[in-house]
Amino acid sequence: MSFVTVSGLHKSYGRVRAVVDFSLTIDRGQIYALVGPDGAGKTTVIRALCHLTAADGGSITIAGRDAARQFNEIKPILGYMPQVFSLYPDLTVEENLWFYAGIYGVTGSHYHEKSEYLYRFSNLKPFAGRRAQNLSGGMKQKLALSCALMHDPELLVLDEPTTGVDPLSRRQFWEILLELKRQGVTILVSTPYMDEVARADRAGFVFNGAKLAEGTPEELPKLFEGHLYYLECEPTAALAAALNEIDHLTARRFGGGMHIYIDKGWHHEDLVEPLRRAGVRPGQLKAIKPDLEDCFIQLMEAPQ
Amino acid sequence: MRQLRFIAKKEFYHILRDPRSLAIAIAMPILMTFLYGYAINLDIENIVVAVVDFDRTLESRQLADRLYQSTYFSRPERSVVFEDPEAALRRSQAAAIMIIRPGFGEAVRGRERFSLGMLVDGSDNTLSAAIQHYSSVIVADYTRDQMPLNLTVPFIEISTQVLYNPDLKSSHFFVPGLVAIILMMISALLTSITITREKETGTLEQLRTAPVKPWVILSGKIAPYILLALLDGILVLVAAELLFGIPFAGSELLLLGFGLIYVSAALSVGILISSLVKTQQVAMIAALTSTMLPSVMLSGFIFAIRNMPRPLQGLAHIVPAKYFVTIIRGIMLKGAGLDILVIHGLSLVALMAVLMTVAARKFDTRAG
Repeated sequence: MSFVTVSGLHKSYGRVRAVVDFSLTIDRGQIYALVGPDGAGKTTVIRALCHLTAADGGSITIAGRDAARQFNEIKPILGYMPQVFSLYPDLTVEENLWFYAGIYGVTGSHYHEKSEYLYRFSNLKPFAGRRAQNLSGGMKQKLALSCALMHDPELLVLDEPTTGVDPLSRRQFWEILLELKRQGVTILVSTPYMDEVARADRAGFVFNGAKLAEGTPEELPKLFEGHLYYLECEPTAALAAALNEIDHLTARRFGGGMHIYIDKGWHHEDLVEPLRRAGVRPGQLKAIKPDLEDCFIQLMEAPQ
Repeated sequence: MRQLRFIAKKEFYHILRDPRSLAIAIAMPILMTFLYGYAINLDIENIVVAVVDFDRTLESRQLADRLYQSTYFSRPERSVVFEDPEAALRRSQAAAIMIIRPGFGEAVRGRERFSLGMLVDGSDNTLSAAIQHYSSVIVADYTRDQMPLNLTVPFIEISTQVLYNPDLKSSHFFVPGLVAIILMMISALLTSITITREKETGTLEQLRTAPVKPWVILSGKIAPYILLALLDGILVLVAAELLFGIPFAGSELLLLGFGLIYVSAALSVGILISSLVKTQQVAMIAALTSTMLPSVMLSGFIFAIRNMPRPLQGLAHIVPAKYFVTIIRGIMLKGAGLDILVIHGLSLVALMAVLMTVAARKFDTRAG
């Protein structure tokens, strides 16, 4: 049986439908990533899961307990790290740890053991006496994670923990998550970064409050339909506009070139003439394997 | 219980790390004590009264001397222009002018009726009433002394003895009431600020996912402020004793008991405010206006409630300060015991219970 089950979740803020018929399941000991752009509804799902937002409909079960009625029994096994830094800025690193430990009843020698362990984890030991407000973004996130881990939660819920964090800290942060997974912790993490999905066990694409697709990092790119080419060129807006005039073809600027999507059932050889008119020689197109981002963009733009 | 201790201890850290709030909590009571104790002084002393003496006799000079010998009146710095005595009032060089027309000395010697003129600045009505009262007493005194010893007329006077504040000092009247105002303001202000601060940092939400009950969070957070409020109360009372010599006639323990009930009511007001607003700044403004105005105006702190229009009298019944002002004045100045204060005490308890219940319920609700 799955450790976390969300089924048929609905939530509206006034006329805005933040989450529409949202369901997901997470098995024990898995990392599940919610991926999507800002405003997709990731935070609303997470807040409903942590009992911070009352859903309009649907049900949530965590560790066999109904979140709506038995949330107090879920609290001791839940670790939650919100999107915005939510610790006490005027308290030091040590005091923040001490406080959350106290709230969860981790005291005495047990606290010392645990805090030493978390310091090793986070490399925050040299900053123990520094006030939280004076930490860098990455250190703040590690401190927040440490506080959320103080009581050895079975389920860790992280809302965009790596947003606005430098690439090195991001990688370190994920090392920690993978280590936690090895220890048997179940993790739900939301992120706007596609590359982080590769490290999760399963991922759900979220857009406009709904789940577009779900699967393992290997399964998801296979959902891509049609062909993908990389066009090495000067990616000007004019060129993109000219290419997008062509039927069955979508062009999207991508780094120093373009990604060209060609619809299923068509091939770039069928489009030689229109491509030439846009100023592109067929030899310039290189067939590549679609990655998660290509897949997500195609799903997002599909008529719903 | 252990969780409550952790929350309270953390709250103490916040207080110590935030010198501005701490300064407000300590400096405001002291400042207000000085203001109400010294600056706002309704005592009658050294009122400048000019004497315009057209009579220029021994008697007219004796009367003027008598006037200035009292502590109530003093001479103007500049002499008054005889042609236009009123100019001194217009320029606020004097609060009143006594005009002694020619013939005063003769009238005193001949024991005839005589009428003295008095111009009084009525723009300050407390002062003008006092001037009229004190000056007529001095004049009556003077004329009685002019009576020959062998001539006695029946003279009946009221010998008034003022109890509880024998010198009718306004500091005795203000400072105990001030404790009520300060406790209400500080408690409501600091509580609403500390709770909205946790809303702003998002830590309140973080705590809601932890296995800790809302009432434990609330009690832990406000416990340090109860101590701080009591410290403020003691601070003002010590100042009252040292600076103004205000006696403490009643039981300290009884006052402490009522003080705790009153502070709880004030903290509940702070919790209520924090449940309605989102930022510390709005909380600060809301707390100050919603406690300061009713507590000063509708508590009997300055203005007697029985002289107010009916609707305001009704409103005063739900102002906690109204009961505490009566209680603290009763205990400090009159030495009143529980038997006398029981009605006010029960009203205060009832008001606190209602406020606390509503506040606790408001705090419990989840956001959106």
